[in-house]
Amino acid sequence: MAIVQTPSPETGKEKKNIFLVACKAVGHFFTNVGKSIGLFFKKLGLSIGRAFKNMYQIFVDGSVGTKLSFFFCGVGNLFHKQFIKGFLFLISQIAFVLFMVLCPEINNTPYGWKALANLALEGNPISQTIFNPPNPPTKIEADDSKLLLLFGLVTIAIIILYFIIWISNIKSSYKSDQDRKAGRKPTTFKQDMASLLDNRFHFLMLTPTAIAALLFTVIPTIFMISIAFTTYNDFDMNAATDIYYKNLFHWNGFTNFIDIFQGNTSLGREISARFFPVLGWTMVWAVFATFTCYFGGILLAVLINKKGIRFKKVFRTIFILTIAIPQFISLLAMRNLLSGQGPVNQILMNLGWIDSAIGFLGLNTTGDNPYIAKFMVILINMWLGIPYTMLMTSGILMNIPADLYEAARVDGASKPKMLFKITFPYIIFVTTPYLISSFVGNINSFNTIFLLTGGGPTVTGGTYKAGETDLLVTWLYKLTIDNQEYNTGAVIGIFTFLITATITLIAYRRSKAYKEEDTFQ
Amino acid sequence: MKKDLKLKGLHFSQRTNEIISKTLSYFGLVLLSLVWIVPILWIVLSAFRTEVNTDGDLVGIVVSNYFPNKIGFDNFINLFTGTFYSVKYAFPLWMLNTLIVAVVSCVISTFLVLSVAYCMSKLRFKMRKPLMNVTMILGLFPGFMSMIAVYFLLKSIGLAGNTSELAYMNILGLILAYSAGAGMGFQVAKGFFDVLPTSLVESAKLDGCSNFQIFLKIILPMSKPIIIYTALMAFTGPWMDFIFAKVIIGDGAPECWTVSVGLYSLLFGEQSDASLFTRFAAGCVCVGIPIVGLFMFLQKYYVEGVTAGAVKG
Repeated sequence: MAIVQTPSPETGKEKKNIFLVACKAVGHFFTNVGKSIGLFFKKLGLSIGRAFKNMYQIFVDGSVGTKLSFFFCGVGNLFHKQFIKGFLFLISQIAFVLFMVLCPEINNTPYGWKALANLALEGNPISQTIFNPPNPPTKIEADDSKLLLLFGLVTIAIIILYFIIWISNIKSSYKSDQDRKAGRKPTTFKQDMASLLDNRFHFLMLTPTAIAALLFTVIPTIFMISIAFTTYNDFDMNAATDIYYKNLFHWNGFTNFIDIFQGNTSLGREISARFFPVLGWTMVWAVFATFTCYFGGILLAVLINKKGIRFKKVFRTIFILTIAIPQFISLLAMRNLLSGQGPVNQILMNLGWIDSAIGFLGLNTTGDNPYIAKFMVILINMWLGIPYTMLMTSGILMNIPADLYEAARVDGASKPKMLFKITFPYIIFVTTPYLISSFVGNINSFNTIFLLTGGGPTVTGGTYKAGETDLLVTWLYKLTIDNQEYNTGAVIGIFTFLITATITLIAYRRSKAYKEEDTFQ
Repeated sequence: MKKDLKLKGLHFSQRTNEIISKTLSYFGLVLLSLVWIVPILWIVLSAFRTEVNTDGDLVGIVVSNYFPNKIGFDNFINLFTGTFYSVKYAFPLWMLNTLIVAVVSCVISTFLVLSVAYCMSKLRFKMRKPLMNVTMILGLFPGFMSMIAVYFLLKSIGLAGNTSELAYMNILGLILAYSAGAGMGFQVAKGFFDVLPTSLVESAKLDGCSNFQIFLKIILPMSKPIIIYTALMAFTGPWMDFIFAKVIIGDGAPECWTVSVGLYSLLFGEQSDASLFTRFAAGCVCVGIPIVGLFMFLQKYYVEGVTAGAVKG
């Protein structure tokens, strides 16, 4: 029998040792990460050194205007009669200096240099009024540590932005110097604007996103990472003897991380007792949720696209309904359908098949079987996810070369064999990036768990705010939003990131799509 | 003779096989369709359910019959005219809020996504690869981690957590929060642009077109499917998202909740009540029909986007 050629690069030998291959990949990954971190810092150091050398060269070679523009932005451009540009640089410098010196306040929390000093987080606990007879009394407001931290980070971001403006001011002046030397006229403001639409079009297009991402993604992420190293925990802060300290927290290094792993304090013991079960369930969930939906979807697609099946469009539309309906609707519908008083339980009881309601999703009473809830959650997730994979793979199925099947049929391969030897390998090969991103997505699958079970059923014994079906993300939500235990939440967030980052990097680095990103065009 | 018989037998058995496999396939598909339809149909049926219980109120969740005994529009009327969380005509207001948020953030997000995707795909500049890597790494942090910080940030500039007369600022904050992160989700659109022939861009450049002109006059007219896909995702996002809206707007301002937060609160909020379930279902139908209609209408583009996203990651 001829071997049916599959597009998969794997040979049978490799398939057998898939576990070994995976272990090797993880090992390789960590040595590679070590190497590339080293390389990164080496590169960074070199490029910083080069940048300093360049700046020095510019200072030596440049005209008086360029030299002055090291201290006063825009002066160099003014020398070259580029007035609009020069004044814009000058205005930005003045605005920056005023911002740093005057320290504008929002909610009694200053920006500027005071915000940098405030990053020590040693705030003022009590609001008080100081009486100083000849002068009017001054009021000092109590500080709020989270705002101190946040504003400090925003100030750092503004300093970095200003630094970029400062560099581009020097470079712009130096470029005009060189234009003069070469006998060209320095570019006019109009020409600069025109180049924004052409050579530097990417600058124009990316700036809005960059600023938005800086404010709403980068700073918040750094903020929460910092929180992991503080005592920001309402639980602790409210327990403090002095009520005024409730808005203040301070840095405490790696204590929170150590707590989760070792459980030195009683609180830490409680957290660490829950951390590993939740982590384990998260991984189990991610594996099952990803692969059940994936293979279920492919099977469904094969079934619908089978030769001779009519009403394909009708069937497809029925399944697509679940994608189109907002998730909170379909998930809450499921939750109520399966709740203690919901129709499923009621009908089963009326039929006399069960005596009392089954806690399918562990909503009604404590002591529900957690395995039923876990099973149901995965099952309902299939209901949600299979149509999506079906939709996606339907298009790919049509692209599988028909002669592959033809050859297999001539060789006498059975239909299931064709499914496992041709269809699955082909689709897996093409959709590996999707498989990875859906695995990562399932680790962070908040809606399904939160709306279906809310984390329930409750754990017997020390719960530490996490139920049986809680994932790391829903636990993170409960800890931060519901219970204001921000530092523990942040530590869990960092762990989630480490897990997803490791998986993604290993998989992407090995995938073709990543390696050939540039060559694809 | 013998050979002929065998062939005939084979032929016959193949035919039977085919019929059996076809019947099984139909049976499987119909069964699966039922599994997929039952929960959805139940919500629709509940929306029209007007049975009353022994107290004379409309029944809520406690029902032992899947098909209602009495149907009517009472739930819809109650929902649209009712006062929830001491907000008069709360439901139409929530719908309006969501529509505003969806339209505005759809326009901003689509613009941002397309511009970033075009830059990353067709332009070459020094920071391209680093920026793409940073975006990927940032995308791996769980969204909830930054959510609470975004809330503090918006609150410190008065765009979140307001109550009473300033509450409408929260909606502005929500729009900002939705559209700010949009530009980082450029991968699908980039995958689409990658496939467009670069030779077109190059020949246009030779003819003296600027990058802006190329984007506006060559790339955009060819990108109808991806524009529609991006806009569809951005528009339906606020109707489907629940948790971000809940955190940014907060419990204190029920008059500017989005429809998902409002409906969730009918079931599980402070003033929730099992008897509100049928009204919740009516609300779901009101939200679901336009969104499902939109999806079905633009199904072709959606499928294209999903397939492109699957292959390019």
